[in-house]
Amino acid sequence: MSIIKNKFIFLTIAALLVVASIVIVAVKGLNIGIEFTGGSVVEVSYDERPDTETINQALASYDFRPSVQAFGEEGYIIRTRELSEADRGVLLAALNIDEQAPQVERLNTVGPSIGKEVRSKAFLAIALVVVAIILYIAFVFRKVSPGIEEDAEKIPSSWKYGFIAILALLHDIAIPIGVFALFQIEISSLFVVGLLSILGLSVNDTIVVFDRIRENLTTNKEEKTKESFAATVGRALRQTMARSINTSLTLLIVLGALLAVGPVAIQELALVLLIGTFVGTYSSIFIASPLLVLWNKGEKA
Amino acid sequence: MEDMKQIYIRIISLLILAGAVALGWFVLAQPEAKPFSLGLDLSGGTHLEYEAQLEGIPAEDHRSSMVALRDVIERRVNLFGVAEPNVQTETARLGQEERVFRLIVELPGVTDVEEAVAMIGETPLLEFKAQNPELSEEEFQTALNQQTQALLLDNIKASNPELADSIVSQQDEAVSEPFISTPLTGAYLDGAQMQLTQPTPGQMAGQPYIVLNFDREGGKLFEEITAANVGKIIAIYLDGAPISTPVVQQKITGGEATITGSFTLDEARQLEGRLNAGALPVPIELVATQSIGPSLGAESVEAGIYAGIIGFIIVAAFLILYYRIPGIIAVVALVVYTVVMLSLFKFIPVTLTAAGIAGFVISLGMAVDANILIFERAKEELAKGATIYDAMRIGFSRAWLSIRDGNISSIMSAAIIFMLSSSLIKGFALTFGIGVIVSMVTAITMTRWFLLSIAGKKSPQWLRTLFTSGLNK
Repeated sequence: MSIIKNKFIFLTIAALLVVASIVIVAVKGLNIGIEFTGGSVVEVSYDERPDTETINQALASYDFRPSVQAFGEEGYIIRTRELSEADRGVLLAALNIDEQAPQVERLNTVGPSIGKEVRSKAFLAIALVVVAIILYIAFVFRKVSPGIEEDAEKIPSSWKYGFIAILALLHDIAIPIGVFALFQIEISSLFVVGLLSILGLSVNDTIVVFDRIRENLTTNKEEKTKESFAATVGRALRQTMARSINTSLTLLIVLGALLAVGPVAIQELALVLLIGTFVGTYSSIFIASPLLVLWNKGEKA
Repeated sequence: MEDMKQIYIRIISLLILAGAVALGWFVLAQPEAKPFSLGLDLSGGTHLEYEAQLEGIPAEDHRSSMVALRDVIERRVNLFGVAEPNVQTETARLGQEERVFRLIVELPGVTDVEEAVAMIGETPLLEFKAQNPELSEEEFQTALNQQTQALLLDNIKASNPELADSIVSQQDEAVSEPFISTPLTGAYLDGAQMQLTQPTPGQMAGQPYIVLNFDREGGKLFEEITAANVGKIIAIYLDGAPISTPVVQQKITGGEATITGSFTLDEARQLEGRLNAGALPVPIELVATQSIGPSLGAESVEAGIYAGIIGFIIVAAFLILYYRIPGIIAVVALVVYTVVMLSLFKFIPVTLTAAGIAGFVISLGMAVDANILIFERAKEELAKGATIYDAMRIGFSRAWLSIRDGNISSIMSAAIIFMLSSSLIKGFALTFGIGVIVSMVTAITMTRWFLLSIAGKKSPQWLRTLFTSGLNK
């Protein structure tokens, strides 16, 4: 009940976090990877790694527009403009420092047209998933029984469940994007994978709570119990709290293990998911349900 | 009656367990029998993306051109001895009308992009073009001349760029193409042989020329094209440039064409070899490359397995400590779930990538969630005083709606993502989607049967304690 009573505190915190994320993205911008923009990325490793300055100097005389970043114990990640076949050879030759040829771990080139396509597909996928979820939730909750109280309008229409689930989702997506902008972590396709997973997890979380609200409304009706909608929601939250926390906890454990000792290649993904799982659970409990109560009240007034 | 039912449930549960152990033993304990198929990001290798240029080819032939293209490249790659290459075509839509056809070549184990690109670049592009019917004879001659000049200029550029710069190009006006594409391409080529002309007096040896043999369909096409173009030129284009422009004297049957270019003996031999390995039906352009070193891939797999085991142990410990007996059942159900999923990955087979593994991990989370939902509901029923058996039964049926709704929305998302995305994200959607479906099935069946088979009709207090959670109450 306290969550519903203090809903404005929680909603304000959430709104502030979302606004902060938007501001950070607007001010610092996103570090968008070559998969979306076109370009090349080379990952090399040396037996004895020369310092960054040496690498920069070695590449200074070419027009590759490189950005060099130390990676792991012995490697570098070098991002450049889109490299042609010939360019690749020149670049790798230039990286032979003190007659030490680097090991090429990864060499990716993406043409600008592909980048554009990957970008638009990612947006399209996210948008379609969002629409599908609204429709599905509206459909599933279409038969929510009105309470025993005569004023049936006290119960939100099923569309509200869908839209509120999406509001919670936007919150869940905004915050990881903000964190990635804040630390200027590179946004790759795997980041999009992460956002899509968050969509799935968070909507699942929200549905579980909504489901309990629906069930409580039904039993209230059957047992002719009088209870305000706010109280029903509060009860549903209490009933699902242990499940929400335990489910998130198990996911956080697995993701924490992936982040700590898992493959370097998917650490960013583990990070997005970790943040997303956390805020996704938070949003189902502290945003979606209070909003449902709030929206319902607004309608009545 | 009820007792009989529980006996059946116990028998089924035991059978499931035995089946899972057998599956685990046969599928997972013997990695040599059928290894997992690992994506390039995990196994190391090269991924090349080409865009096919289909301008001038009628839209209804696009698909068949792409199939022909794929077959040629596949043959080429196989010739090179790459183990389990993957060559596939992909259609992408840019905007409303524009469609892009791509060819994706994945070469596991090849980590040198240059080598891979060179190997595919060797494939010759062979096209047969006919005189552009929209041009008058005069216009055609002008266009032909301009083309010849342009080719000459290109040649000079290649050998002597400075000289080429000093030549002022006279082609200011728009140039019309002298030739247009015909359906006849390298796709219909059966083979090629180099032959020599009879030496004329005063010559040491004959001029080399190349005989092209078409397959049956190609022979028919050639016959039609020559019949329609008697007295006109049929241009044979190799790698985008005309190498031979004979005038058709009469309809040619028998499916044979000759290329009489001015090659040296070595050049002719090389061309013969290249053509015999297959010729491309349409030009292709490299648009993206990706190569992953073998050590990076191996590290990823090792670290992934390590992280998975650590995560699993902690989650198992948590579930058992918190949920006691149901927790043990959840862990057993999870192990069976994992065995089923890994077996599916092997037998479908699903190519495992880093993103795919992420999808699997998330679906594992959903599987745990289904169990937790059931246990929490069962706990509520126990608190109300139901017998353990009834609590488990009712707990399951109450939790089912939540599990169903949550999972269906996930399956829907996975399907949308799968249909829309590039290959990387597809891998994620596939394992996630399969994972959620399997977890739903295992939650309905396994967890329920296991719980019911363990729960007795009598529920003494000590047993109730073992079925409730560790916190409060």
